[in-house]
Amino acid sequence: MDLTLKIWRQKGPQEKGQMVEYKVTDISEHMSFLEMMDVLNESLVAKNEVPIAFDHDCREGICGMCSLHINGEPHGPDRGITTCQLHMRTFKDGDTIYIEPWRAKAFPVIKDLIVDRNAFERIQQAGGYISVNTSGNTQDANAIPISKHNADLSMDAAACIGCGACVASCKNSSAMLFVSAKVSQFALLPQGRVEAADRVRNMVAQMDAEGFGNCTNTGACEVECPKGISLDNIARMNREYLKASI
Amino acid sequence: MTTLNSRVPEGPIKDKWTTYKENIDLVNPANKRNIDIIVVGTGLAGGSAAASLAELGYNVKAFAYQDSPRRAHSIAAQGGINAAKNYQNDGDSNYRLFYDTVKGGDYRSREANVYRLAEVSGAIIDQCVAQGVPFARDYGGLLDNRSFGGVLVSRTFYAKGQTGQQLLLGCYSAMNRQIARGKIEMFNRHEMLDVVKIDGKARGIIARNLITGELERHSAHAVVIATGGYGNVYFLSTNAMGSNATAAWKVHKKGAFFANPCMTQIHPTCIPRSGDYQSKLTLMSESLRNDGRIWVPAKIEDAKAIQQGKLKPTEIAEEDRDYYLERRYPAYGNLVPRDVASRAAKERCDAGYGVNATGEAVYLDFASAIHRYGSEQAKIHGISNPSKEKITELGEAVIEEKYGNLFQMYEKIVDDNPYKTPMMIYPATHYTMGGVWVDYNLMTTVDGLYCIGEANFSDHGANRLGASALMQGLADGYFVLPYTIGAYLSKDIRTGKIPTDTKEFDEAEKQAQERLEFFINNKGTHSVDYYHKKLGLVMWNKVGMARNEKNLKEAIKEIQEIREDFWKNVKVPGELNEMNVELEKAGRVADFLELGELFAKDALERNESCGGHFREEYVTEDGEALRDDENYAYVAAWEYTGKPSEAILHKEQLEFKDIELKTRSYK
Repeated sequence: MDLTLKIWRQKGPQEKGQMVEYKVTDISEHMSFLEMMDVLNESLVAKNEVPIAFDHDCREGICGMCSLHINGEPHGPDRGITTCQLHMRTFKDGDTIYIEPWRAKAFPVIKDLIVDRNAFERIQQAGGYISVNTSGNTQDANAIPISKHNADLSMDAAACIGCGACVASCKNSSAMLFVSAKVSQFALLPQGRVEAADRVRNMVAQMDAEGFGNCTNTGACEVECPKGISLDNIARMNREYLKASI
Repeated sequence: MTTLNSRVPEGPIKDKWTTYKENIDLVNPANKRNIDIIVVGTGLAGGSAAASLAELGYNVKAFAYQDSPRRAHSIAAQGGINAAKNYQNDGDSNYRLFYDTVKGGDYRSREANVYRLAEVSGAIIDQCVAQGVPFARDYGGLLDNRSFGGVLVSRTFYAKGQTGQQLLLGCYSAMNRQIARGKIEMFNRHEMLDVVKIDGKARGIIARNLITGELERHSAHAVVIATGGYGNVYFLSTNAMGSNATAAWKVHKKGAFFANPCMTQIHPTCIPRSGDYQSKLTLMSESLRNDGRIWVPAKIEDAKAIQQGKLKPTEIAEEDRDYYLERRYPAYGNLVPRDVASRAAKERCDAGYGVNATGEAVYLDFASAIHRYGSEQAKIHGISNPSKEKITELGEAVIEEKYGNLFQMYEKIVDDNPYKTPMMIYPATHYTMGGVWVDYNLMTTVDGLYCIGEANFSDHGANRLGASALMQGLADGYFVLPYTIGAYLSKDIRTGKIPTDTKEFDEAEKQAQERLEFFINNKGTHSVDYYHKKLGLVMWNKVGMARNEKNLKEAIKEIQEIREDFWKNVKVPGELNEMNVELEKAGRVADFLELGELFAKDALERNESCGGHFREEYVTEDGEALRDDENYAYVAAWEYTGKPSEAILHKEQLEFKDIELKTRSYK
């Protein structure tokens, strides 16, 4: 199929960006979206133009590296997948596709479609861990029984890949879904309970300091999350935060 | 000239590690504060090492080409991590894990390293649980296990189909704790371009800031390479797109021997390739073989009809199916090791029984597992005389619980529902058992230069068993390196800060700079990917799942030609001092073009078939790999002398004192 692409180009963080139009032809419906981008980039290199910078790596939907706002939606029109799992069969011959980077104050553009997501790193560093030494001299793993129910809920929260689609889809650029997933994962486990209050206080404080907006219960984050992270986590984080504050 | 000394401690294998730990020199906590360590790569091995070394008190500088350690390719490991806990009481022990690993590796790994790996495996699980890794649990709240290829016990711990992700997030959180304390200085979006040696010791690196393009000098008392494998030498592989061999290859060029490069694993359960534009291959966890049965049509006319799209797999009667693994290997069946399963699939497809348009796929079928689980669930829920539909529904729910994310991934890529029709799978390049040669201390042939995880060679021999990569990465990082590096650094407590304004740093930075400038200024005709794909094709066709002398000789020549053309005609648009993805790729492909040749040379040198290295000239009568222990029970460690073709072969003779060298049989 033949497509018209309108892609955000921005040379560097300080430069002004703009939408640039490109045409691609003979795109197979079996290609992934990123393979279509590869084809475009190959053609740009052939013309001695600078290829479009975009983040990607594992191309299996797990590393959380790929981003791309496609036709106004993070990771494109399909539900429950990352951009690397989006296939061209989702589009029709002759379509015009708009491709932009994540848009949020806390995610500044580095180049073209690549943004800086280090704000997520700093939130994690503010307490997204259990303070256990890596000595290996801990108690036997089965000495900490965990109900299957809680282990599963914790796993569901831990499935977050930190891609930032929640922030990009939110009208307030809120990072609540991401932060709440981390808070929930540990809050649901006995190992994580010990420092739960400090953790939620510190992570929320860092989240605010990074310039992310607040949650107004719109739910767009849950809809766009490639891993189906549930809004329940936000509710759990709010409870944890309230408990920690009184 | 550098010589090989494995430094394996004396004494019985069961006591080696304990005795070693009790007798090495230690660094006192006050002195650790004055010692810097560089860790390059922050996947499971590098991340766990960085966290543990920082916690011990060393100053750690960690480098990742990604924007976060959480994105390292360890995250994509699906199935699980092995540990000899014997929670299932099915007869597991350290010895049995050791035995399975040595046998699974076709007797080409170092006994002492593997025993140590088995010995610390239990502590890894304890550590990860303490960190909050949400492993699968049974209803009583205890840890659940499953089994993997090449093994007769259930020793694999897992977190749904996302075990690698969860283990990586565990060590990443341990890193975050140390970053917050200021003990790890994290350099995201940085790539190591060279190692700096001073007086024969590794004392620092040259790194490129991938955002600004600036070259940076970083010094330390020791350097740890933890940058994973080199499977992307094939272009198409299950590795992440950015996974590269640059750090490992650069240290090789600075004196670290490179061992067994030809021992590369082809993983049996990947989604088959579909077109020329394809950028990578996707792996389906080996754990699927616990419940999936592998087959192809028994009749060639059925296979042809399927290839032409005239017949569906569900239309082929049970008696017309060839469950070839169960037929050939009754004891292990679908759970034979990866090399055996991969070759068996290739054999059937080469014989014309493949099941997709290209004839390069076999079925992985869950129908009988769905029926079995469904019937069991019906009993559990007290449903008498359940309908076929009800059984299927209940069975599919169990399969979804176990493998849901894998099935979803398959459906997204292939556009086909694997609950209803069997998956199609085919082998693909996955893990590299070869890597930088290290001694028992995990130190390379360069003093103070360490190499851990997939980037080194020591633990998996000629074939890695499933769920062992995560185990080795974390064992090296959490529990082995923190001891062994201390013994080395105890001699460095008076050295003081290593300056970066020396001639060695000048020289290394100058070389890196010149190479980058060459690419930008070359203004050639072909893209970097053009060369990478060409190399990959030669590697797959002639240095792939099966190799022979003629093809290997041709491959070496062809790789040399591609490399020559690359240095003349490669084109890299963009500028030096900016984010330039093409420039990054150019450096990496330049390294693959050298490594690929050494790879083929190594395969040519080894006149035997073992594990993931299969030479067509050396097979038994029934088509199995024919090992030659008399002549090839050694590690091939290559010394760089200027060109891959002139690399010098050093041999580390492997000793098997605790395990008898036997023909590997899974029948």
